[in-house]
Amino acid sequence: MSELSWWILASCLTAYAIKLCGYFVPRKVLDSPLMTHVASTLTVALLASLVTVNAFTSGQELVIDARIGALAAAIIALIFKAPYLVVVLVGALAAVLLRATGLAA
Amino acid sequence: MTRGLTPATKMGLSISIATGLYGISFGALSIAAGLNLWQTVALSALMFTGGSQFAFIGVISGGGAGSAAFSAASLLGVRNAVYGMQIKQTLRPHGRHVPWMAQVTIDESTAVSLGQAGIGEKRRGFFTAGIGVYVLWNLFTIIGALLGERMGDPAAWGLDGAAVAAFIGLLWPRLTSMQPVLIAVAAAILTALAVPVSAPGLPILITAVAAALYAVFSVRTKPAATEHGGLRSVDEEQA
Repeated sequence: MSELSWWILASCLTAYAIKLCGYFVPRKVLDSPLMTHVASTLTVALLASLVTVNAFTSGQELVIDARIGALAAAIIALIFKAPYLVVVLVGALAAVLLRATGLAA
Repeated sequence: MTRGLTPATKMGLSISIATGLYGISFGALSIAAGLNLWQTVALSALMFTGGSQFAFIGVISGGGAGSAAFSAASLLGVRNAVYGMQIKQTLRPHGRHVPWMAQVTIDESTAVSLGQAGIGEKRRGFFTAGIGVYVLWNLFTIIGALLGERMGDPAAWGLDGAAVAAFIGLLWPRLTSMQPVLIAVAAAILTALAVPVSAPGLPILITAVAAALYAVFSVRTKPAATEHGGLRSVDEEQA
């Protein structure tokens, strides 16, 4: 197996162990407001970070391309309360149209 | 066709289809990042947590090391431990179901479950979304990986646009008040600042550590709110 495959296996095992961890936490600890607060803050920050990385970066560079149009189109779809599936498709469609019309890279 | 299905089941099914289709994007991007078919299939079947999977292949496609991909994916998966706690708290599962329930404890199954009223609907929401996403996500990962090898550039199909939309679609419902909006904006700015000066994958880790520290600090400065459970009710509304 290649080195990358070992890292994939290690990542999969760790991901499962992390999921399992939550179920072994005693209920007393679960009620801790600090835990809930850290978790919800972390989730919002991670998702925002992922949006940024996916929309504006290419390797170590910050770039503006068709993906910003996809982001804008998705946000408009979300404002109009479109279902999740539609939001994803709108994002893909916006990127395709911007590239097809030569408006963005 | 939808007659007889409860609201939780319908919501679970639609999020399963939405997230499942998004698996095409993962499969194609994974191949484009340089992973082979089996490595791609393993990530969806075994890791099965979208954000971590995208983080893993994102680091690899950016030229990062396997160790950096491992760290980014693992840290992104930490929130699943919290979801496990919330599911344990609300569904009170039997011990023998925990091993497989843990594997399908992800954003979608937790969100659908927490969004329902009553234990029966919460259960149906969790199981429909959890199992539905698992089956379709893996199916479409394979389809995406096979198509991806032939189509070369996922950007030509707008799949990178789909990925951006999918993440904003997951973030959007959490932006219910000023506080999460400010956290999201701060996290986005911090990530953008970190991108040019750190290895691929690290900006997400830096942002996560900063967010966790901020959360701990902001609770300690407001002890009265935690004593009376104020923060908890706010967090439940956001979930």
